[in-house]
Amino acid sequence: MLHSYPFRKLLNRAVTVLMLLAVVLALIPLFSILWHTFERGWPAISPTFFTHLPKPVGETGGGIANALAGTGLLILLASSIGVPFGLLVGIYLAEFNPGGLGTVVRFLNDVLTGIPSIVTGMFVYSLLVLTMGGFSALAGGVALGLIMIPTVTRSTEEMLKMVPTSLREASLALGATKTQTILRVVLPAAIPGILTGIMLAVARVAGETAPLLFTAFGNRFWSLRLDQPIAALPLQIFTYAISPYRDWQTQAWGAALVLVTLVLVLNIVARLVFHRDGR
Amino acid sequence: MAQGMEIRNLSAWYGSQQVLKEINLPVSPNQVTAIIGPSGCGKSTFVRTLNRLHEIIPGARVSGQVFLGEVDLYAPGVDPVSIRRRIGMVFQKPNPFPTMSIFENAAAGLRLNGVDKRRLAEQVEKSLKLAALWDEVSNRLGQSGAALSGGQQQRLCLARALAVSPEILLMDEPASALDPAATLKIEDLIRELKKEYTIIVVTHNMQQAARVADQTAFFLNGELVEYGPSSEIFTRPKDRRTEDYITGRFG
Repeated sequence: MLHSYPFRKLLNRAVTVLMLLAVVLALIPLFSILWHTFERGWPAISPTFFTHLPKPVGETGGGIANALAGTGLLILLASSIGVPFGLLVGIYLAEFNPGGLGTVVRFLNDVLTGIPSIVTGMFVYSLLVLTMGGFSALAGGVALGLIMIPTVTRSTEEMLKMVPTSLREASLALGATKTQTILRVVLPAAIPGILTGIMLAVARVAGETAPLLFTAFGNRFWSLRLDQPIAALPLQIFTYAISPYRDWQTQAWGAALVLVTLVLVLNIVARLVFHRDGR
Repeated sequence: MAQGMEIRNLSAWYGSQQVLKEINLPVSPNQVTAIIGPSGCGKSTFVRTLNRLHEIIPGARVSGQVFLGEVDLYAPGVDPVSIRRRIGMVFQKPNPFPTMSIFENAAAGLRLNGVDKRRLAEQVEKSLKLAALWDEVSNRLGQSGAALSGGQQQRLCLARALAVSPEILLMDEPASALDPAATLKIEDLIRELKKEYTIIVVTHNMQQAARVADQTAFFLNGELVEYGPSSEIFTRPKDRRTEDYITGRFG
């Protein structure tokens, strides 16, 4: 049944206002987190904050140089596991029509996405930390890499599926093999989207803390060795934030600000990459 | 002199649904053969069986023989990839490779065959001229193919197909997405190209078939109803169903 026009107009207004309210409510936490982090973290930021190592309790100053380098190395390790596996599985799912097996792989991939990251950490702990006899950067990288795989797989598959079939057919009709078609036509058309997916996956693992607690463990000193415990931004934040020292707490906020900025920049760059070619 | 084709007892399926039934059709060299018929009659499937593109669809299947010269494309051990290099195809919607420049689009097939650099440029120019596109793009070969108009894109796709010097040219409703002016240009090209190629063109436009085709085949519900010189098909069809279709009683 059709309501009267004035009534529908009124209803339309009311619902629009409701939706706007919901949008504002949803944005309040985001902006208050950003603002709060900035407000509390900014006093800690100085050039030496980025270049110095942590100082012992009681001494002022000190920085997060080791944590920055550690997070960088962990991301590199994680990407060298997550990207190739995710890419290959994504290509397989999108281009090789795996039928029933594909459904199973997709389901398992979704399950993997849903596994709490701390469980992944425990898994790597028993797989690598116990067998290698200690916490290590390698174990941390593997844990983060495992978390990356399902995200990269999903985005790769979806981006490849967005490439029109007509392009694959054009390539095959020219006498290209399936491999040539995927490498020369399909992947190049999907690469901005795939890169975006990879960067979003990196942004996600950059802030992961739980799986690092008992893999990378953290380190107060400078270390880039794969077989030794390594510092990471989230771990540093964790340790400093729960400490009783004012000084460390401020540094925790500073490190949080750096981490949030890093993730934000990664997200923005990812969008830009996608929209540059994303007709 | 180009090669001809000979289609014998060709049937095709999508899963359990049969879309082509026992087609027998000779295709004369250096002539234009038009395939006409209402939507869903199997004409697109038919041309896709001629370069073995039909089989890339999951569940698709073919039986029968298609001879290109002396070779049966469906004989065991025949590599579909090598077949497709001898048979060019232009699709309904222009589909230039969006990540490649105009030059790279025209060169795409040659790159697969590992043609050396100097011959590559020559061959690209030649095929763009054959497709009557050279004058319009010669000063911007580095631009993206996607920036061209629809008609130009379709001629770029034609150049891409011609660049590898195929023996047969398949065209699946090549002008259906184009405006009348671009359509006429494509039709002129078809008439020009038959001097060097054997052309099979699918069309739902009977006037177009009458304008460009030497031979016309009428398909209905997956069967070849009638085949003959266009002049006869369009003036004195032998079969009642052909007459009904060309006089516009259905389809």
